[in-house]
Amino acid sequence: MSNRTAGDRALTRHRLFWPVVVLVVLLAANTAYRPSFLSVQMRDGHLYGSLIDILRLSAPLILVALGMTLVIATGGIDLSVGSLCAISGAIACLYISRQPDQNSLGGVLTALALGLGVALVLGAWNGVLVAVIGIQPIIATLILMVAGRGLAQLITEGQILTINSDPYKAIGVGHLLTLPLAIFVALAAALLIAAVTRRTALGLIIESVGGNAQASRLAGIRSARITFLVYVISAACAAVAGFMITANVSSADGNAAGLWVELDAILAVVIGGTSLAGGRFSLSGTILGALLIQTLTTTVYAMNISPQTSLLFKAVVVIAVCLIQAPGFRARFARRRAPASAPAPVTEQPKEQVPA
Amino acid sequence: MTGSHPVLTMTGISKSFPGVRALDNVDFRLFPGEVHALMGENGAGKSTLIKVLTGVYGTDRGIVTLDGEQVSFAGPMQATAAGVSTVYQEVNLCTNLSVAENIFIGREPRRLGAVRWGEMRRRARALLARLDLDIDVNAQLGSYSLAVQQMVAIARAIDIQARVLVLDEPTSSLDAGEVAQLFRVMRQLRDDGIAILFVTHFLDQVYGIADRITVLRNGQLVGEYATSELPQLSLVEKMIGKELRVLERLDEQPRRDPADGAAGTPLLDVRELGRRSAVAPFSLTIHEGEVVGLAGLLGSGRTEVARLLFGADRADHGSVRVNGSPTSLRTPVAAIGHGIGFCSENRRAEGIVTELSVRENIILALQAARGWLRPLPRRRQDELVERYVRALSIRPADPEIPVGNLSGGNQQKVLLARWLITEPRLLILDEPTRGIDIGAKTEIQRLVAELSDGGMAVLFVSAELEEVLRLSHKIAVMRDREMVAQLTNDQDVDADRIMQSIAAGAGHEGVPS
Ligand SMILES: Nc1ncnc2c1ncn2[C@@H]1O[C@H](COP(=O)(O)OP(=O)(O)OP(=O)(O)O)[C@@H](O)[C@H]1O
Ligand SMILES: [Mg+2]
Repeated sequence: MSNRTAGDRALTRHRLFWPVVVLVVLLAANTAYRPSFLSVQMRDGHLYGSLIDILRLSAPLILVALGMTLVIATGGIDLSVGSLCAISGAIACLYISRQPDQNSLGGVLTALALGLGVALVLGAWNGVLVAVIGIQPIIATLILMVAGRGLAQLITEGQILTINSDPYKAIGVGHLLTLPLAIFVALAAALLIAAVTRRTALGLIIESVGGNAQASRLAGIRSARITFLVYVISAACAAVAGFMITANVSSADGNAAGLWVELDAILAVVIGGTSLAGGRFSLSGTILGALLIQTLTTTVYAMNISPQTSLLFKAVVVIAVCLIQAPGFRARFARRRAPASAPAPVTEQPKEQVPA
Repeated sequence: MTGSHPVLTMTGISKSFPGVRALDNVDFRLFPGEVHALMGENGAGKSTLIKVLTGVYGTDRGIVTLDGEQVSFAGPMQATAAGVSTVYQEVNLCTNLSVAENIFIGREPRRLGAVRWGEMRRRARALLARLDLDIDVNAQLGSYSLAVQQMVAIARAIDIQARVLVLDEPTSSLDAGEVAQLFRVMRQLRDDGIAILFVTHFLDQVYGIADRITVLRNGQLVGEYATSELPQLSLVEKMIGKELRVLERLDEQPRRDPADGAAGTPLLDVRELGRRSAVAPFSLTIHEGEVVGLAGLLGSGRTEVARLLFGADRADHGSVRVNGSPTSLRTPVAAIGHGIGFCSENRRAEGIVTELSVRENIILALQAARGWLRPLPRRRQDELVERYVRALSIRPADPEIPVGNLSGGNQQKVLLARWLITEPRLLILDEPTRGIDIGAKTEIQRLVAELSDGGMAVLFVSAELEEVLRLSHKIAVMRDREMVAQLTNDQDVDADRIMQSIAAGAGHEGVPS
């Protein structure tokens, strides 16, 4: 086997190879459909264009998905993030709407602190249910997923709460250095989480707990604390995402804000190469996954795919990405293509294949 | 009975993993009615050869024939269906299912589609009786020790109507009694014309049962020999590819001098420590620099004692003093805080984190003790890891590959290294040399002796009496989940004496003070 093909194989084996390919294909399809897709213009000192829109709109999803990554890495899952988005956004909007001057910066900051504070408490609630009481994560967070929607609607009294606050609006649509502010917020969150997990030993410890909880306990890791912590982090991320979502439209809708974002976030994490079984996680993979999902959503709108088929279209692309990433599927594919010469892919996992 | 045609041949088998040539042009053949030992150091490629045979891995090159016909199994299920029944090195059963379910999973006795539970339990009991194992077949498998789980895996394999039986280190956590029983069954099967492939690191077992031996070294075939024509020393030579220095060291290793240690305040002093339905209250003292061996048969409560002392299980009875001051060992974190370390016998479930790298696995306990906010500097990590990778000859010596890619014995060494770098005051070792080749085993035994000379206390649990005798100052004997005797390891203690006190049970030996 020549060096070149060996290099190619290493490239195609890279965890993120296929997501990148799909992303590029989507962008290419958009460009073919509408050649101006790639163009970026400067207006009023701000950059505009479809690519910038995708980045801006993906910011909330990136935030939620980053928190979700840590939760999933411990072997858990957080279904309540969508509801948490709605709650934090509703609280912030409610507080601002009660202010005499909705444009006061101090008022907006207080509103953000309140929204974040409540989200942290709710994240701690999730954490206690999972880490201390030992309820299955999917059930524990399902409670807040359902109850949280009700809570958000109680806060907004079942109405769509509209505000008129420029500082708050800026979180969603403001600009900094020609780019949307939301991009910087998401970037800052990503860097912060990366620093907290990779500059300390938190990342290793999360991966260890998710990889083998029993072994981690016997190695002296206080896994309950770590588990608690990741649910709190996830809630904080959801809160900020909730601010962005509500700021985008300057209104809080307890029903619709952050609806189904938990599913998009889980998809983003999985596409990014973090296993739902827990263990190794990849923050950059998650960001790529979130961008892919947002591009997909934008594509569906841009191509005027009818609402009836758009969900189906999205599902087909997601299934395709997951399939080509799945070792089993690729092994079968590879064997069929080159039965004799090609070695089975190295990602094979005996623990799945060896029967009892 | 090797006159006939081989039932199985493997020719020119090669298999590479990224960066590792696990098998390089290996030939192997197996005749009906023989027990064939596959020998080699840790990482020589034994398990890989077996997995290539049963279709867990595809091959890069090479041909496998069964009964003269070329086969290429797509997976272990196909291999089983074709008559190749395998017990893999890492026991791979469902611990949350019952013993009977585990034995019959995938081939439950049925009538009209419905599982015949009564029949299944009856047959499970009969099978286990064949291995002389009397356990409740309705109990969850996970509630039994690793050794019992290993026996259950074997029971499952011998029930399948097979022509080839493959056993990858089936005896690694068994006691002499179970091994003898297993051998009796293996001989029966052999006399019925079944071909048995057997992997072990115990030389006496090879000479006890194998008709022929194939030796691998670094993924290459060294040769195939009749057991009767290959003396032990040359076997070892062929395995390690060097002169027999290692084995000499094994012989000349002195019996530990029981005089040192055992004075002053004990490092650990437990009184009447116990846990209902796990182990009856026992008392034990361990001094600085002292090696205490824990002997006893399968299921006698050795592991339970070790787990109580580490806080892996919580004691519901008794008191603990560390260095004279009362404390409790309620959690592993508490025990580690007192300078206690614990290597579990069950490395796969309770030891290594397979997807993390060798380096990460080695620093895990040290890092956990420091807390996540104080990461161990990378340079220090590399230093420590390199030192222990060398000291324990972990291979391949690349600290960045996932531990799951290491051979079984090398994984065990990683687990040991994890605790050694924490420099514990008391290290509890539950079967630390399980699955480790004889060269590395002597290294580890020597290391334990050295560390105890340096002041570290060790609680050494092993199914291998010889090993316990060689290393320990004091030996505590377990029987039926009770500590029945404590013997100072002096001139007149030997394997027989310990077996006697196991047989006699509580009563006449010095019952713990
Ligand atoms: N899944 C894998 N991925 C990468 N390398 C592997 C994998 N499995 C085994 N290896 C490597 O192949 C070599 C042979 O391993 P193998 O497990 O066959 O050894 P072994 O002879 O069974 O050793 P032991 O006595 O320790 O069980 C080792 O160097 C090991 O690191
Ligand atoms: Mg092996």
